[in-house]
Amino acid sequence: MTDPRQATNALELKDLSVAYRVGRRNRAVLRNVNLTIKAGEAYGLVGESGCGKSTVALSVVRYLPRNGSITGGSIALDGKDVMKLDAEALRRARADSVSMVYQDPGKALNPSLRIGRQLTEIFELAGITGQAAEDKALAMLNRVRISDPASVMQRYPHQLSGGMQQRVAIAMALANDPSMLILDEPTTGLDATVEAEVLDLIAQLRRELSASILFISHNLAVVANMCDRVGVLYAGMLVEEGSTRDVFNDPRHPYTVALLRCLPRGGQRKDQGRLDTIPGFLPGIGANIVGCAFADRCALATERCRAEPPPLYELGDGRLSRCHYHDKAQSLPRATPAEIAAAQPKQAPPVLQVEGLNKTYASHGRPLRAVKDVSVSLRPGETLGLVGESGSGKTTFARLLLGLVPPDDGGSIELEGKKLAPRLASRTEDQVKAVQIVFQNPDSALNRSHSIRHILSRALKRLGGLTGKTLDTRLEELVRSVRLTDRHLVVKPRQLSGGLKQRVAIARAFAGDPRIVVCDEPTSALDVSVQAAILNLLADLQSRQDVSYIFISHDLGVVRYLSDKIAVLYLGRIMEFGPSEAVFSGPHHPYTEALLSAVPKLDRTESARIRLDGEIPSAANPPTGCVFHTRCPRKIGAICETQEPELAEAQPGHTIRCHIPYDELARLQRPKTLEPA
Amino acid sequence: MSATDTPVSLPTPDTAQRSPWGEVLHSLSRSGTFLTGLAIVVFWIVCALFGQHFVPYDPLASDIINALTPPAADHWFGTDQLGRDVFSRVIVGSRDILTVAPLATILATIAGTALGLVIGYFRGIVDDIVSRVLEAFMAIPVVIIALLAIVALGTSKITVIVVIGLSFAPIIARTVRSAVLAERELDYVAAAKLRHEGALHTMFVEILPNVIPPILVETTVRLGYAIFAVATLSFMGFGIQPPSPDWGLSISSNYGMIGGGFWWTVLFDALAIASLVIGVNLVADGVHGAFND
Repeated sequence: MTDPRQATNALELKDLSVAYRVGRRNRAVLRNVNLTIKAGEAYGLVGESGCGKSTVALSVVRYLPRNGSITGGSIALDGKDVMKLDAEALRRARADSVSMVYQDPGKALNPSLRIGRQLTEIFELAGITGQAAEDKALAMLNRVRISDPASVMQRYPHQLSGGMQQRVAIAMALANDPSMLILDEPTTGLDATVEAEVLDLIAQLRRELSASILFISHNLAVVANMCDRVGVLYAGMLVEEGSTRDVFNDPRHPYTVALLRCLPRGGQRKDQGRLDTIPGFLPGIGANIVGCAFADRCALATERCRAEPPPLYELGDGRLSRCHYHDKAQSLPRATPAEIAAAQPKQAPPVLQVEGLNKTYASHGRPLRAVKDVSVSLRPGETLGLVGESGSGKTTFARLLLGLVPPDDGGSIELEGKKLAPRLASRTEDQVKAVQIVFQNPDSALNRSHSIRHILSRALKRLGGLTGKTLDTRLEELVRSVRLTDRHLVVKPRQLSGGLKQRVAIARAFAGDPRIVVCDEPTSALDVSVQAAILNLLADLQSRQDVSYIFISHDLGVVRYLSDKIAVLYLGRIMEFGPSEAVFSGPHHPYTEALLSAVPKLDRTESARIRLDGEIPSAANPPTGCVFHTRCPRKIGAICETQEPELAEAQPGHTIRCHIPYDELARLQRPKTLEPA
Repeated sequence: MSATDTPVSLPTPDTAQRSPWGEVLHSLSRSGTFLTGLAIVVFWIVCALFGQHFVPYDPLASDIINALTPPAADHWFGTDQLGRDVFSRVIVGSRDILTVAPLATILATIAGTALGLVIGYFRGIVDDIVSRVLEAFMAIPVVIIALLAIVALGTSKITVIVVIGLSFAPIIARTVRSAVLAERELDYVAAAKLRHEGALHTMFVEILPNVIPPILVETTVRLGYAIFAVATLSFMGFGIQPPSPDWGLSISSNYGMIGGGFWWTVLFDALAIASLVIGVNLVADGVHGAFND
């Protein structure tokens, strides 16, 4: 290669192979990865967990864990071979030319040092001291557009919200004016609204700085919006590469094709068909791969794929694909048939009727209204989606329904026409088994000391009232209904993957034929292909058993797929409630509008960008008037600050809590149709 | 039946990997600390079980003519004031301490675990009251409690076991409580509530198996202290009674003679106590390390 620009490449990986030593054996994690990031370029690396994305990042700065080692190839940063640097030169490289931002800013910041101290430290390392260092630190905070940077300097990390912490982490990463910035899932733990802000910030900084960016994310839409080029990693191999637009619009590797199909897109709904999934599982690390690594999961695979490892075919325009049949990758047949039995429209009486539900916690002696005056109703077989930023009261509302926390006096919850006691202990056995939950984190929800058989049998015994032979028969049915098999019964939860654990948790919730299942972010910890399978499973169980869901998620695409009705919560209040389609297609509440606008879109269409400033206010001290007025982009005047709007019916069944009349909202929002990813 | 009922191929659960307990055993088997401690403890257990069969002399046989002979070839550790062989008495002397101390520790573990589960699970007023009482109890030195109890109940091994067991129980309860406080916030406990499980089931079936590791660590640490406490009490003349060969007892009946230069009547018993305590503590260290890797 005699490319004259080669010298200016910010990062160049050549045949990089990395292995982790597990149980006295080196297991390959990265297999001959070739990757070049040009100066000033943003490169996205995508793939499911376990594909080796973070390992690439760690190798670049030689921060591999103790059992990891680079077994081959080379890494060049700014033309310098990182492998050949001695300890001092490596320290200098890390200090001067490369910076990293991690997923969890809470862990990246020192909890016992003030922000100002941590930032000045970086400049002190570079030899700037005293006032000069502090001025520089302040300038960095200004640069990442933190409001009131002087006071942030005085605060400790725990006094900042997640979004602000991540801004500080980015400020620290940029302090040394790096030529290479590595972002490892920088927005994964953040709310969509905050994520949008942080991504905007990164995009702006890109224009101001010369840094090249390696952007690692499992979120394809985020990468689509942030990066010039994208590489798809599978089983430690680069399987596809090209410009972002090409790869996402015209994928040439079946894995990319399948990944893209797993996402609920363009407002797809459960009654229009199931999501596609990727069958099978990622090869374990260190697996001996003969032929194509994806062959086992690929419906296009032939004998040739299983025998002959495909090279990275060059397709022109800088596009690469590691597939023998890259020209017909998009003809990959669906792994999951789309068609479903048409659901009958239901006119049954509501299974759940909530009226005027309130929950007030005491916070430092002051009342904190976590849920305020919430009324919803739900019919059998319907899904109510709850959306809103963290702190909006979604989870509290779910716990009130379940009886895990008692609501304030006054409101009522009726299940099939009968009043539910506020406390779980006072509910009847039938009522208890009728309302169940699938928790967000199966590691916490499944007892790690118990076998799957124990977990499910106990649920069947307590919730289904079954014993002996009938229990065994039902257990078998239950296990089959979530598509697990007998051999999964003997193991403990830790021996199962995240998706399988979540299936067990779903089976447990369904053990007593529930009427309502609360799903609290059930797929947020899962990869997209697993998420698709779990969403399909939930949709199937619903159409078969007429169960109703309360579905909580911050992913609006997912909520839209599964929900018939949507309630948008803000500071414990319902801001908008109505049929899913009406809420999504609008006209909608300005807050809903902002939430939808924050969702990164895979097709990179710039829709109306509405960004919410600042943080969600404290529920202990909510703003007067309309609680949303402090952040509302469509605030109309003093009335918003003094008078709380009513939840007014905009259309039959669709209510909005806003002073702006419905017709006016329709006019304001008309030119842009907002579609979630 | 919906279309997606076609079975999804799921991976065989990875049974090849070690279970959590297998992991712990594996790491213990590679821990020098643990293995050294274990060797010492096993040595004394063997002495306690079979010592009387291989010691050169009957530990109870006095031989006044040869009283207070210094260490030599026929009496490796010398003889005491009654002419009994010190080596034989040290070897066999582990017998009582190795029954009393472990039994006391087991009692402490059982009582402390039950107590810790209850206060950690119910929290609130129960926790406030019981925890304050336990703290007050822990402020009194074990030896004072033991003396009071022995005065009231009379001296016997059972009294020593009960006294040491109950005075160590609060410490174990405190450890268990803090582990339970973390566990009860996990969703599987909420899931148990959503099945209307009783408190006993939730505490003992759901939570207990998950707090075993800290209990095991605390138990081994307590065993070291219990050995020390038993030795102290027998030094003071409580619990194990003469003429049983016992280290604490032996030190107490001979330490007056150190001034006369008869150091061997005390030194080897003292070393024996020290070695056993060190051995147990090394085991505790190793166990702690294995669980917290």
